[in-house]
Amino acid sequence: MSIKFLALTDVCAWLEELSGNFTVHVPQAQGSAVVYRPWVKGAAALPELRKKPTESAKHVLFPRSERLFSFRREADLSVTLEEAQKTGPQLIFGMLSCDARGFLGFDPVYGGGNSKGAAADPYYLGRRDEAVLIVRACKNALNTCFCTWVGGDPASRDGADVLVTELDEGMVLEPVTDKGEALMESSLLKAAGAGQINAATALHDQCRAQMAIAGAVPDISTAPAALYSLFENAEFWSGQSAGCLSCGICTYLCPTCYCFNITDEEAGSGGVRMRSWDNCMSYQYTLEASGHNPRPGKAERLRNRIGHKFAYYPRTNEGRFLCSGCGRCIKSCPSSIDIRRIVLDALSEQEAANVKQ
Amino acid sequence: MSINQQLREAIVRVLPEVDMVIGWGPGEDSLHQSPLFMKKPEDVDGFEAGSLSVHNTALYLPDLKGKKIGVVVKGCDSRSVGQLLAEKLIKRDELTIIGFPCRGVIDQDKVAKALADLTNGSIEPGEVRTADFTDEEVVVTAGFEGKEFRLARADVLADKCGRCEYPNAVISDIFVGEKIKTEAKDEYADLAAFEAMSLEERMAFWEKEMERCTRCYACRNACPLCVCRNHCIADSRDPQWLGQANGVREKLFFQIIHASHLAGRCTGCGECERACPVGIPVLLLKRCLSRGVEHLFFYKAGLDPEATPPLMTFEVEERRIKEREWK
Repeated sequence: MSIKFLALTDVCAWLEELSGNFTVHVPQAQGSAVVYRPWVKGAAALPELRKKPTESAKHVLFPRSERLFSFRREADLSVTLEEAQKTGPQLIFGMLSCDARGFLGFDPVYGGGNSKGAAADPYYLGRRDEAVLIVRACKNALNTCFCTWVGGDPASRDGADVLVTELDEGMVLEPVTDKGEALMESSLLKAAGAGQINAATALHDQCRAQMAIAGAVPDISTAPAALYSLFENAEFWSGQSAGCLSCGICTYLCPTCYCFNITDEEAGSGGVRMRSWDNCMSYQYTLEASGHNPRPGKAERLRNRIGHKFAYYPRTNEGRFLCSGCGRCIKSCPSSIDIRRIVLDALSEQEAANVKQ
Repeated sequence: MSINQQLREAIVRVLPEVDMVIGWGPGEDSLHQSPLFMKKPEDVDGFEAGSLSVHNTALYLPDLKGKKIGVVVKGCDSRSVGQLLAEKLIKRDELTIIGFPCRGVIDQDKVAKALADLTNGSIEPGEVRTADFTDEEVVVTAGFEGKEFRLARADVLADKCGRCEYPNAVISDIFVGEKIKTEAKDEYADLAAFEAMSLEERMAFWEKEMERCTRCYACRNACPLCVCRNHCIADSRDPQWLGQANGVREKLFFQIIHASHLAGRCTGCGECERACPVGIPVLLLKRCLSRGVEHLFFYKAGLDPEATPPLMTFEVEERRIKEREWK
């Protein structure tokens, strides 16, 4: 594969070129936040690549809300269905590696892969197959970053089609897949020199070193067992969830949370079937038609969120955690609830219980 | 003895009488605290009140009704307690309120901006390794090299603290420390600045701001006066008031509902805005209604737990609503 170099002055031109074939999503500053939004053709400003995006890029492949189809009741009482239009090929430029790895958590669920009899989801898969992910290596690590706990790395190539490393005067582009390689043909891209490639590697190492300041990466491989054994420990979960507001920040900003709800919105003799993000922190998430709610309180709901990511999902997905360590759930939590702390507390509870036995 | 030592002593004294005391403890890093729920004397060691004690401790009270609760309050938190009491949503005899003089809390977005200005955008608040708070400055070390940066306290103080008229708890059983005297007066200058725009510009402003709303409802759930909790009309599907489309219309609709439901109840604690993960200035809408209620009914929410809030009653002849003179 050919490693390329893109001069900083050519970035906008390349995005312009790419937007001929794709809807290109780039990180953009909006108020105090950084969000992934479509590149507007002709834009002269560079994407926001300094600050880490506030939200993940999951909405590109899994929209916050999408119309699955619309329906209309005709005069003869027959029903006409109309499928929603397809999105078309999309490209995400400058996404974080934790965001790209997030889709690896989606894939088995929506691909129908690991569970027997599970249906594949054509809406997600359609977008996924056509998507190209250009991941940027992280230049800095935040206190809330913990990708290295869950198999990630600031310059991870997992899930990426191209890995971009930003130098002062431009970007080193390393294609990872055939999809990525196909983008390398642009005349705006020059062959990267050895000095540039070495500088990129040095930046990756520096970010790893910044992550290491926080200390050694703990071994959380026994988290599933610890969480299963804590399932009925009400005191543990009420303590961990005491500060929780039951809002949806942690799930909505998460690159791996994939739950949705379906709502028919009718007006007159027609309507639309909507699929929109759901959020397991909400009371309505498990509210049953009878009025019974198996997860009536925030303790049960937080237990489910942590359990799903670090115990139930890994059990059916070859031990893979449903977490890419982006840390947004910590960084944006109004109560500063720290998912790492909960997992570590669960492990020490388990250890204490083992000592007692 | 420092205010915090005095507060810790007061909490330890109160603990035997209550199920728990709510305050603030360590958060994920040196720029964050987390609400702390103290049940045993050793839990009190982690307690600290200061510039990072942003959370409104009154938020948790309605859900804990029936329990004996000690609650440490800033001035703004105490007003939320006062309003909840006035609306009889919590019971006075179940509460032990511990007040202290609050010198203001910091705004994370302002820290981000101040750090970005000092470092040409290369360092984020998430890279702060240590933080010290003095009367005039926030001194942090940050980034890979752990360089020191000095931020002026005035630049990173929350807006609400700059205009705060009530830095001391307005209601308390125990007050620790010496009360702060303040000349501050909230003249709603932020609203006046906003209203200098034309109606079209204001609508464009909200359309732009609301576009990035994720509908996480943290603004609602962080609000101590939003007591419908699991029964909010925003979540109801039967009847379904709010559409599920990801449009500005639905998002702004909810904000208007939220603000309307808080008319005469909002104490301006600003937790809605602080909780917003994408920094939408949603407090502005509530402040517009607070100013209206203040003007119409001479009422500021949360100052008097014995008061009857104006929208929970009526006067036959309202002093400022002169229907008879309407044409």
